[in-house]
Amino acid sequence: MKKLIALLLLGTTFWLSAEAQVSDFLQRSQVHGSFQVDGQFYRPDEALGITDSLINGRKIGLNGFGNIIYSLGKFSAGIRYEAYLTPIAGFDPLLDGSGFPNMWASYNDDRFSITVGSFYEQFGNGLVLRTYEEWSLGYDNSINGIRVTYEPVKGVIFKGVYGTQRFFWDKYEKNDRGIVRGLDGEFNFNDMFSSFENSKIRLILGGSMVSKYQIDANPIYNLPENVASFAGRAIIGFGKFNISTEYAYKINDPSAVNNYIYKEGQAFIASASYSTKGLGLFAQFKRIDNFSFKSDRDVTVNALDISYLPAITEAHTYALTSMYPYATQPNGEIGFQLQLNYKVPKKSRLGGKYGMGIAVNYAQVNDIDHQQVNDTTFVNQRGTLGYKSDFFKFSDHVFYSDLNIEIDKKFNRKWKGIFQYIYQTYDIATIEGHPGEPIVKSHIFVADITHKFTTKQSLRGELQGLWTKEDMGNWTAILLEYTVSPHWFVSLTDQWNYGNPIVEDQIHYFSASFGYTRKATRVQFTYGRQREGIVCVGGVCRQVPASSGLSFTITTNF
Amino acid sequence: MKKLIIASIFSLITLFSFSQSSDKNTNLPSINIKTLDGQTFNTQNITNDGKPVIISFWALWCKPCKKELDAFNENIEDWQDETGVKIFAISIDDSRSTAKVMPFVSGKDWEFDVLLDPNGDFKRAMNVNMIPHTFLLDGDGKIVYQHTSYYEGGEFDLYELVKKVANGEDIKVKH
Repeated sequence: MKKLIALLLLGTTFWLSAEAQVSDFLQRSQVHGSFQVDGQFYRPDEALGITDSLINGRKIGLNGFGNIIYSLGKFSAGIRYEAYLTPIAGFDPLLDGSGFPNMWASYNDDRFSITVGSFYEQFGNGLVLRTYEEWSLGYDNSINGIRVTYEPVKGVIFKGVYGTQRFFWDKYEKNDRGIVRGLDGEFNFNDMFSSFENSKIRLILGGSMVSKYQIDANPIYNLPENVASFAGRAIIGFGKFNISTEYAYKINDPSAVNNYIYKEGQAFIASASYSTKGLGLFAQFKRIDNFSFKSDRDVTVNALDISYLPAITEAHTYALTSMYPYATQPNGEIGFQLQLNYKVPKKSRLGGKYGMGIAVNYAQVNDIDHQQVNDTTFVNQRGTLGYKSDFFKFSDHVFYSDLNIEIDKKFNRKWKGIFQYIYQTYDIATIEGHPGEPIVKSHIFVADITHKFTTKQSLRGELQGLWTKEDMGNWTAILLEYTVSPHWFVSLTDQWNYGNPIVEDQIHYFSASFGYTRKATRVQFTYGRQREGIVCVGGVCRQVPASSGLSFTITTNF
Repeated sequence: MKKLIIASIFSLITLFSFSQSSDKNTNLPSINIKTLDGQTFNTQNITNDGKPVIISFWALWCKPCKKELDAFNENIEDWQDETGVKIFAISIDDSRSTAKVMPFVSGKDWEFDVLLDPNGDFKRAMNVNMIPHTFLLDGDGKIVYQHTSYYEGGEFDLYELVKKVANGEDIKVKH
């Protein structure tokens, strides 16, 4: 009898527990994901030089992806589908195709995690390792391999990565590209030592080591098969001051990007800021010397980057302000930027009822100093040590400079505006590789005014002008955008190259857009002309050809 | 016999421990991101004592994002008094401008928490495709609403939902 009761009890608890585990399993299982499709229908447009033969039957460009992430407690896994059928104009033709480029599984404990498959990682500022994905550029340098992170005590994190990088749709095959290996450690002194916990000084130190292995199959040169790089970083805070710095060193790594020179590489970034209520000051210095680091030394396209070399110039967003965007020169540059952010207080004479925001930024980037290594070798000669360079010396060659003043002000409940003035110099010969073209000096002005009719309806207008004697001459742009929160928008824009020295190139780039958003789903259509230009996000840029026709984006998330 | 009883008790304990483990007060993924001064911050610490939470993804290069956060900032005092809502603004600026976020936020005088997601780890885990992208979490840390893009006045639509969530209403059904 006792036995029977015990058995019943056991049976019931097992049943309960199994039931609970199943429902618990279902309850704790989560599936999330997102989808996006960007498409473009092209039409011939004689004024832009787009003819039927150029389109060549490829009337539709379509980029799409789907992402699914499954998680159950400490376990998660993901899969990503991508299709470029055919890639939208301006994306690398190597993207043509479809499939599952990215699959991963991960176990994440409080102190320990392991990921297998494709993953994204960044050590420090990314100088020696950053893998990331940027849909708008068609860029993905994810590592396919293994990543482990370990936190032995509070405030200390170690990371290790091992694998090969994505190169469009090419699956890794033996020796067709390098293998990347990396280790990183970060030490937060305020977390590690209890005596430091309430200190006014905050200190974080970190160090990384990344190496790539690629066989040497070069018939002429004897190339290093293992290229090691090292980086050290510090973040120091005291009160309202914050200092962040990182230095990276790489052994000689002759490559197609640096013209196969045997020089070692260096990268250095230092920034300091002061932040208090209503005021922020910022200064940054950067030097890059022969620091392109790719997992295939023979590749020059935007792919397989191990290092990430951020541009330190302001990322402009208005149409004409982003006409001449700067991109880091991995073979060498030295520069600085200074920034002020200030909020004129509310109820002051200048600030008015709502206050007024002021932002000023100046950035300049020059070429580094180059000296011959000896009398018989010219600078950057293939197969030599390349050049010598003084670390802190700015050469006279200015790649880019940018003075930017922005004011934002709310006048009353109905009206507000943003006003921006920029003076820019842009060495188009170096940055875009058009030898012989003069430096483009431009003045740019933007007024962005918003008028609220009701709490839900508003009209926004932009008026922009770009004045330059070089390149394509003067531009003006106008935009009108009507929004009904939270669902609808419709906008009209025209960019007009009225100052082009070639009269038939004084083209209007007219377009109309319409969009609908509901929760995390957004549908947008644009019809009209798109001007030739460069789209940059982060440190990577993409050349976009002029196009004409209908484009759309559908994006959703669940 | 004894073994059977012990086994029953053991499985009962397992049962309880299991049902307890699902009571965790957040449904957010566990991702290490950074505070403005570079400290590591785990995203499961985005909580607010049983009150609603707004998570908004933004970047310095995103004009509508900054407009949305300015609009939140104008209303944050009233919103907090009325509902206790807490706002976390997650900057997805990469290392090009992560160091600029703190002085920028000071210059804006924003009065909510700002965190850094420099390699988009949290953004990817939350399936954010475009910014601004805003999530609303209820007192149990469950995502009850999300919205991408910002138009003038959008903050009031969001706040209507915040009030309902603060009152314990289930908004998932209606929206």
